[in-house]
Amino acid sequence: MSPEFWKMGGYALYVWGSFGIAAGIYLWNLIAPRLRRRAILETLLDDE
Amino acid sequence: MNWTWFHRLGSPPSFYRFAGRLAPWLGGLGLLLLAYGWYAGLVLAPPDYQQKDAFRIIYVHVPAAAVSLSLYVLMALAGAVALIWRMKLAEAVMVATAPVGASFTALALVTGMLWGKPMWGAYWVWDARLTAELVLLFLYCGVIGLNAAFDDARAGARACALLAIVGLVNVPIVHFSVEWWNSLHQGSTILKFGKPAISADMAWPLYAGLLATYCLCGHAILRRAQNELLLRERNTRWVRELATELGGGARVS
Amino acid sequence: MKALAAIFARELRLAARAKAEWLMPPLFFVIVVTVFSFGTRPNDPQLAAFAPAVLWVGALLAALLSLERLYRTDQEDGTLEQLLVSRTALSFAVFVKGLAHWLLSGLPIVLLAAPLGLMLGLAPPHLGPLVLGLALGTPCLSFIGGFVAALTVGLPRGGALLPVLVLPLIVPVVIFGAGSVRAAQQGLDAGAPLYFLAAILTLTLTLLPWLAAAALRNAFE
Repeated sequence: MSPEFWKMGGYALYVWGSFGIAAGIYLWNLIAPRLRRRAILETLLDDE
Repeated sequence: MNWTWFHRLGSPPSFYRFAGRLAPWLGGLGLLLLAYGWYAGLVLAPPDYQQKDAFRIIYVHVPAAAVSLSLYVLMALAGAVALIWRMKLAEAVMVATAPVGASFTALALVTGMLWGKPMWGAYWVWDARLTAELVLLFLYCGVIGLNAAFDDARAGARACALLAIVGLVNVPIVHFSVEWWNSLHQGSTILKFGKPAISADMAWPLYAGLLATYCLCGHAILRRAQNELLLRERNTRWVRELATELGGGARVS
Repeated sequence: MKALAAIFARELRLAARAKAEWLMPPLFFVIVVTVFSFGTRPNDPQLAAFAPAVLWVGALLAALLSLERLYRTDQEDGTLEQLLVSRTALSFAVFVKGLAHWLLSGLPIVLLAAPLGLMLGLAPPHLGPLVLGLALGTPCLSFIGGFVAALTVGLPRGGALLPVLVLPLIVPVVIFGAGSVRAAQQGLDAGAPLYFLAAILTLTLTLLPWLAAAALRNAFE
């Protein structure tokens, strides 16, 4: 990618900031249920 | 009309299996569409003639704002079903939707602020849509907080359902009142961009991003609803069998 | 009907015995408004522009102060269980309790608003929309707050949760209530927002007692 692309016409902070935070939110929504599933299964097994 | 499929889906073990089969497809499709949408939005789409490259924030802001409202409606509808038919599954879906919806409401707000700075010259403008979104975030937080305060999951879910329904009636009133409130102050001129005839190479990434976000939200809600069902049904046979099956496998590997 | 009158009379009798309970919210209202003025310059002419917001937020905070106790004391002494098993429709009992709450905590604020408005530099012609708005808005606070109090009754952290749940629901009331005064200040029609407030009040009075009753039943299942 050219340096021009990363500059986003001077709006780099806003564009990349938005996409960065968005990537974080999407990732959290993918990972958080998985981690919770693991924690729940562990407590269920400990109950037995 | 044959309703057996509905009753079968409503039973926790069959929903658990159904969700387990559907979720990976939704997740995979969502990620593919998102990859295309973001690539096309950031690289292929030409800069807007007015907003230059800053317009690209639309590809994260609009999908987030759209699902934030849709998920609130879904949450309130699931709440209504939970109240009327006392369906455990609807309770699980309602509780599962709240954090997903809240996260995308927060995303819509933050990206709205980041978009506002270059376009309006300020991070925050008390614009009707942005303000209504903020109130929506408060409503989501209320549901999450209320649910967390209850020890009994079922009573908590029903209390949340009542709150979500009142919130749903509240949302259009808030929207209308904020618009009226904005019409009251003269002087400040907010840059308004009319609905432009959006060109195809700008529009397709947006549609892809919208569909992707709905798919990924569906994925997250199904997974979270599965978790809720495991917790709510922890003393039943199907959950115990599942736990030994999955947990045993995890311990071996 | 007789049972409802008895509930109403009981609320008032209890209030008469615990004077601090219903004297506190109006006093709190006066103090909030006064302290806000101390935060600005003496005789700041701009204070009048902020007066509607200050008075409305003060009224909101004062109402929140007394809402937590709306069902808590009844729950502690067992009155609530009696109401739940009695033949009186619970939603009507909830309505009467909301009415009593407004009479004890809302009405004093409506009455205090005019002198406080003058202290904040509000012009006398603008007091009309202020007082009318509060008269229509404070019952909304009592009934929306009563619904949330019913949702959180018996929760250990209910007290902290209550304001967080009430405030987003009350946003339109504050916008129209304070907005009617601002509209009058700008020489616009103050009637329209008051009509909206009246519409919200009607919706609140008809729907929320019913939902609050459902919340109470849920809490005791």
